[in-house]
Amino acid sequence: MASLKDLKNRIASVKATQKITKAMKMVAAAKLRRAQDAAEAGRPYAERMGTVLGNLAAGFEGRDDAPKLMTGTGRDQTHLLLVCTAERGLCGGFNSSIARLAREHADKLLSEGKTVKIVTVGKKGHDALKRGYGQYIVENIELRGLKSVEFSDTKHIGDLVMEMFQDEKYDVCTLFYAQFQSVISQVPTAKQLIPAQFEAKDEAQDGSSEDALYEYEPGEQEILETLLPRNVAIQIYSAILENGASEQGARMAAMDSATRNAGEMIDKLTTTYNRQRQAQITTELIEIIAGAEAL
Amino acid sequence: MAEAFQFELVSPERLLLSAKVTDVIVPGTEGEFGVGAGHSPFLSTMRPGVVKALSEDGSKHEYFVRGGFADVSASGMTVLAEQAIPMADLDAGYIAQQIQDASEDVADAKDEDARQAARLVLSQLQELQAAIKAS
Repeated sequence: MASLKDLKNRIASVKATQKITKAMKMVAAAKLRRAQDAAEAGRPYAERMGTVLGNLAAGFEGRDDAPKLMTGTGRDQTHLLLVCTAERGLCGGFNSSIARLAREHADKLLSEGKTVKIVTVGKKGHDALKRGYGQYIVENIELRGLKSVEFSDTKHIGDLVMEMFQDEKYDVCTLFYAQFQSVISQVPTAKQLIPAQFEAKDEAQDGSSEDALYEYEPGEQEILETLLPRNVAIQIYSAILENGASEQGARMAAMDSATRNAGEMIDKLTTTYNRQRQAQITTELIEIIAGAEAL
Repeated sequence: MAEAFQFELVSPERLLLSAKVTDVIVPGTEGEFGVGAGHSPFLSTMRPGVVKALSEDGSKHEYFVRGGFADVSASGMTVLAEQAIPMADLDAGYIAQQIQDASEDVADAKDEDARQAARLVLSQLQELQAAIKAS
């Protein structure tokens, strides 16, 4: 049985831990608001881009001269998995759930006899995939020490992905990240980047007649060719913004439950401490009384 | 009074401007063009330059944009710019920096195509610098 002094130390240490988790929760809450704003501010651009490209791409469907980024290389032998995670831990299951999704995807591809290449963004994803999938990782990109991620910070990731595509190092590229839904729910998502997939047009109903009348400057083809690589960069950027918000949300939830857990632990330890102290006093009293009676 | 239409200027980071405007001038790759209400659907890429918008209440908005495209549809107009900075926040130093970057791009270009493209951007930026100095 632990002595009174041990218990006291234990309580002090749990209290110190609780202070840290509480502080981390507050920091995460403050950062979450900023990250959430950034993620929401970035959405209009990505959405517009999607609509415009969707309209453009519809015109190219089935045509032989459509850009490769849209149609793919015609094979699906080599897959590139772009796994975006956080730079730091202590955020609940955030990193591991993205890594798990990527791992499942990789296993499925490998069992089908495909080649898998992995590019990780963020230190934690690299750490999680290093064991077991280390031989597939071709590149690790870290975005350390950035207070807020700007588009220019992520552009080189897009450039890298594009360069690898042009060198025909892979056929299909899939992006992994966590979609931010709310503080308590972040959904790990896999999204195919190349060949580009566009959601069915929502605006087709209200604007189907005018689509045909669209004028393009320079040509349709040139626009599509400049937009597709840009779209890749934008998709990556918005995934990283979503990830940022998700990370802070996950951390806030994790730290909140850690703080609550520590509180419960302190209560339990304090009860034990008090009981033991009382028992000790009782024993001492009995000893004194027994001693007095013996006289 | 010209009819107003919805205009939005968006950069990857945020929505910079969303307003009812009467006139917009955009630096298209193949020359500047103006857009008024009821313009036919139109899609154009942009060169580095200044987007000017005249809003309904008569106030003027000017933004330096780099890379991106303008989309005119029946429901309104959207400019998607890779970079967009209000003219008020823009100074000669920033343009000089951009020119510096562009010249490095020219020097770093791996093949002739890339060099050609980088050179084009550089010349467009220099043009812009001259225009700003003159004004």
